[in-house]
Amino acid sequence: MLKVLACVIQRDLLLAFRRRADLLATVFFFVIVVTLFPLGVGPEPALLRSMAPGIVWVAALLASLLSLGRLFALDFADGTLEQMALSAEPLVLIVLGKVLAHWLVAGVPLVMLSPVLALQFGLPGAAIQVLCLGLLIGTPILSLLGAIGSALTLGVRGGGVLLALLVLPLYVPVLIFGAGAVQAQASGLDAAAHLLLLGGVLAGALALAPWATSAALRIALE
Amino acid sequence: MRPVLHAPFAARFFASPRPGWWKYAGAPAFYPLAGRLIPGLQAVAVALLALGLAVGFLLAPTDHQQGDAYRIIFVHVPAAWLSMVLYVAMAFWAAMGLALNSRLSFMMARAIAPTGAMFTFVALWTGALWGRPTWGAWWVWDARLTSELLLLFLYAGFMALQSAIDDPRRGDRAGALLALVGVVNVPVIYFSVKWWNTLHQGASISLSSAPLMASSMLTGLLLAALGAWVYALATVLKRLRCIVLERERHARWVAQLPEVSA
Repeated sequence: MLKVLACVIQRDLLLAFRRRADLLATVFFFVIVVTLFPLGVGPEPALLRSMAPGIVWVAALLASLLSLGRLFALDFADGTLEQMALSAEPLVLIVLGKVLAHWLVAGVPLVMLSPVLALQFGLPGAAIQVLCLGLLIGTPILSLLGAIGSALTLGVRGGGVLLALLVLPLYVPVLIFGAGAVQAQASGLDAAAHLLLLGGVLAGALALAPWATSAALRIALE
Repeated sequence: MRPVLHAPFAARFFASPRPGWWKYAGAPAFYPLAGRLIPGLQAVAVALLALGLAVGFLLAPTDHQQGDAYRIIFVHVPAAWLSMVLYVAMAFWAAMGLALNSRLSFMMARAIAPTGAMFTFVALWTGALWGRPTWGAWWVWDARLTSELLLLFLYAGFMALQSAIDDPRRGDRAGALLALVGVVNVPVIYFSVKWWNTLHQGASISLSSAPLMASSMLTGLLLAALGAWVYALATVLKRLRCIVLERERHARWVAQLPEVSA
């Protein structure tokens, strides 16, 4: 079981590494969206500091959405996905592997970049820690939920916009708890409640989303 | 192209010549039944809505806190209830469709979505009209309001996904899965006024405690809600008949319908 998981992760990471431009485009998109906000709302430090958690989180949501299209589309196009669904190994496990690989490629860079971006907005050190921790718990949820939408819109015309319409409403709780944790920390409250709720959402998504995704893939491959 | 039923499972339920109610789970028996029910349902809906709104707007007393602005409750609350009930109903039929592979269940889910979205929109819009005089704002970012807005997005996503997929079978199943994933939002809306300390008032009517409002208010509200319920039933059945005709247009029983063959 674990061997299959490791194989899938290794394969997807290798494929992502061979197409580094795609990977970097997502990361740059994240940085550029975050950078646009000070230009749009003005360089007022107090305002920016209060907006920073929301901005970073919304940008992370959009960047994650941008990279979701590639999660299954290439394997679907060349028939690999069909072979995966036909194989004796459980599809849920393969899906989980692909989602984990997606998180490593698309989510982890966002987590690692976020402290630098938070410094641009003048966030204090403790708030940056909470922001990073929140993103670390939250970005896998984005990959897990996004995989459901990605599987449902596989090969559908207008798939990109449709994917946003399906997935962004599902992302809202993550956004609320993730940004809420930093805001709680900034206003002198304990961020633990928000982070624990985020952890609960992660546990729920980890348990259910791979099943929903593999069901959606089977519908798409029928 | 006629979708093939999942033989062993569905056969037990539908294909066997079982007498009684089960035959209405198949489109050929259901279609004329719905056709006979709709006019009566529509008449009942109009009567109940007229009665409920008349009681609400003309007979119910003016609220001592909110004045006459509260009267929008007779539209707002029925619409909000129906928006949630219809989503749960849609998810239920979607689940039935996935479990039993019955075509009519999927069509039912598809038929419910536009009416549910309409009621969600009405609930949001009347809420804005109500919020302006009482809260001084068209919109606040309160948990109840935001989760109801998400419900509208979920309906929109369901309809968009179904219309984007050309193959009706795949569209049915993909939409059903999305409806089931989105159903987690409904308890969030329902309990939002309890879980979060929000501007939106708590439930006005509770089964476990005595009514807190004048009896004519309650009567008007319940009549309007019942009217909205029957309206939804009539509209969904009517839309379902259209979907059935469209989907089964190649079937022999459709060609033999009096309104088609004439």
